Amino acid sequence: MIRVIGAGVLVASLYVLMLGSHPKAGDLSNNLDLGNRLGFYGVMTLGVGVLIIAGGIDLSIGSVLGLAAVLFGVLMERGVPPVPAFLVTLLAGAVIGYAQGQLVTRLRLQAFLVTLCGLFIFRGLARQLTTSPVGIQKVKGLHPEFAQSLESLQFWFSGIDAGRDNEEVFPAQLVVLLVLAGVVGVVLHQTVYGRYWFAVGFNEQAARYAGINVERSRLAAFVLCSTLAALAGMMLLLSSGSAMPDNVGQSMELYAIAGAVLGGCSLRGGEGNVAGMVLGAAILPLIYKIVIFRDIGDAVIPSIVGGTLLLGVIFDEGLRRGQGWKSLLRLVRR
Amino acid sequence: MPALEARTVRKVFPGVVALDGVSVRIDPGEVVALVGENGAGKSTLMKILAGVYQPDGGEVLLDDRPVRFGGPRDAMAQGIALIHQELNLAENLSVVDNLFLGRERTRGGAVKWLDRGAMRDAGRELLRRVGLPESFLTATVSSLAPGQKQLVEIARALGQSARFLIMDEPTSSLTQLETDRLYLLIDDLRAKGVSIVYISHRLAEVKRVSDRAVILRDGKNAGELTKAEITHDNLVRMMVGRDLKQFFPRGHRTSAGEERLAVRGLRYAGGPDHAATFSMRAGEVVGMAGLVGAGRTELSEVVFGLRRGVSGEIAVNGQTVRIRTPADAIAAGVLLVPEDRRLNGLVTEATVGFNLSLPNLDSLSAMKLVSGTAESALHAKMIESLRIKTAGPGQVVGTLSGGNQQKVVFGKWLARGPKVLILDEPTRGVDVGAKAELYALIDELAGKGVAVWMISSDMEELLGVSDRVVVMHEGRIAGGLDRHELTEEAVMRLATGGVAA
Repeated sequence: MIRVIGAGVLVASLYVLMLGSHPKAGDLSNNLDLGNRLGFYGVMTLGVGVLIIAGGIDLSIGSVLGLAAVLFGVLMERGVPPVPAFLVTLLAGAVIGYAQGQLVTRLRLQAFLVTLCGLFIFRGLARQLTTSPVGIQKVKGLHPEFAQSLESLQFWFSGIDAGRDNEEVFPAQLVVLLVLAGVVGVVLHQTVYGRYWFAVGFNEQAARYAGINVERSRLAAFVLCSTLAALAGMMLLLSSGSAMPDNVGQSMELYAIAGAVLGGCSLRGGEGNVAGMVLGAAILPLIYKIVIFRDIGDAVIPSIVGGTLLLGVIFDEGLRRGQGWKSLLRLVRR
Repeated sequence: MPALEARTVRKVFPGVVALDGVSVRIDPGEVVALVGENGAGKSTLMKILAGVYQPDGGEVLLDDRPVRFGGPRDAMAQGIALIHQELNLAENLSVVDNLFLGRERTRGGAVKWLDRGAMRDAGRELLRRVGLPESFLTATVSSLAPGQKQLVEIARALGQSARFLIMDEPTSSLTQLETDRLYLLIDDLRAKGVSIVYISHRLAEVKRVSDRAVILRDGKNAGELTKAEITHDNLVRMMVGRDLKQFFPRGHRTSAGEERLAVRGLRYAGGPDHAATFSMRAGEVVGMAGLVGAGRTELSEVVFGLRRGVSGEIAVNGQTVRIRTPADAIAAGVLLVPEDRRLNGLVTEATVGFNLSLPNLDSLSAMKLVSGTAESALHAKMIESLRIKTAGPGQVVGTLSGGNQQKVVFGKWLARGPKVLILDEPTRGVDVGAKAELYALIDELAGKGVAVWMISSDMEELLGVSDRVVVMHEGRIAGGLDRHELTEEAVMRLATGGVAA
């Protein structure tokens, strides 16, 4: 609870900071854009957050996201209509999660290593699919008959209205996130499945002795994580209009993990909640906005994200030792 | 030879007064047992004597002069060594490396070459003193049995010329044989003028090893007994501050009923060649004795679905059941309270309520949605009926005392109405008061027709609680003893490979 409040306070102060950073920061268009960015990061964070709670980790998110964006584009370029292409890509994400999850749970390989390999493999696959950029305009050019369903996908998953010069008209990505957060929240906090995730993440052995199928529970978390990464990849292609196989989604796994940790998911497993994940995901877009408005130059963004995360980790450690700020101050004084 | 003394020592932790003016004196060559329930302050006192904690009031005296230890290193320099309950050895290193860890013999001045020869020679002497063979010198510590590790730790303390050994429940993971060997070593050390502070939950061994017992209760001195006065009843009375006539109640026991569990010809992967066959009736408490490594825990793990059986069958209530996972066992009504409750029995970081709910979520949920009201009702019922001392279902389990943690483990299963309840060392690390409550609970469960399979290395408990005892030796069931033929000698004879008289 304290972690969620901490994340909430951080998000609120960053938001106020952003409002003060530029006269136009409070505009509707800026808030729409912020909402969409939050939605995009949040979808990834939600997946990896659940996985972290279940005692796993996924370093392949960025590559899976990139592969999904490219696969989605390539499928449509080759004549698969947008909605089936969308579903196939989502399924591909699930299959990737299933495969990595099986390697971790059945072969008892370390999640860190399996997904590190995945990071390379799926980036490679994306680049093998095509060497040229995939793009919405290109698909429309090749298959004019796809235009209508593609534009409604763009509207519902990225908030872009093609009829109004691709302007953001509503925070679709935020809506997607909130719907997913609602569903994941209920599953995580109200159902047996969620309870098992916490148990497995806290203490795998005790969960096993309580009759829980530890492997199946953790496997489900891997599937969820990769599926949501694939969804985020498609949202990225729909909103930005194009994607390069070489670099689309690069480093996103780290932003997603950072968001989950800032939102109170402990990498020790078994701790975290959905509200925290959503708040944690908001921190990065807010920092991005502040940096842009203040015209600092986006070169500093990684350092700021890293610094914020480090502070979060120190705070978390203080909480774990049971004295919160007191032990933090003692650390500093020493 | 100096004496070590704590005088009116006080220690306060946030929210708890752990020690409130406790005094104890250990004279040269004396073995003093420190006895008390969990939470009585034994560990805190021991850590103050060993320099781990500094007292908030009172003082520690060495040879009647006040001393202040800045840390365990200071205490060690004065010859005071602490042998931890959880052993502090580097498992991946060899015995000789461990003996000299942190104070390696070197030569070559500042170059600090390891002087392996000198360490081996000195190490051999140390092993000889604790009765371990020289060949152990180069063995990796992780390959040793728990009792041997303990002896290595003692040898290390002796190598640092310890004059005071503080042992925290040294026999809790030892077999009878290893325990006997430790007793002999203690006698030997005492004869050589080494003083020993001995913390134990096992009352029989307090009588065996110590010259004097100091009893603590609620952070205060509760009394002292000379060797002649040490009796089970005297000790228990001082520890719990009340009379415990019915420590091992049998009031609910009825004559055994139908066959509840039958294990026929069971063998498992990685197990011995001998197949195990035994059975248990409703309302029966069957103790299972044996040395550590005799295969008792392994057998129970096969029956609970944690280990894969390769042949044989298991029947519950006369029906053959296929048990491949713990979920299968639980569905059949076979439930396990595991040996290591912090690792396997509980999610220690989670709350009392979380743990009580965990194996019962099927009955606490509808359409996989967990019902908060059903959960609260279960939590309240279990906390009430088992008298779990907790601030509430929201308290983190790891912060409870050992006895209360174990009650939570029992509570997890009671809601399921066990047919067969496997208890693996059910009272290890549990204080006397909670032990009595657990024994009463076992008696009550047996009265309700549960077949209780109690694996235990605690002889008093085996003799006191069981209706009969099955003894294992090297993976094989060596024999069974009915209540009327149940003696410590008979159990040990079977456990060490002899035949029943």
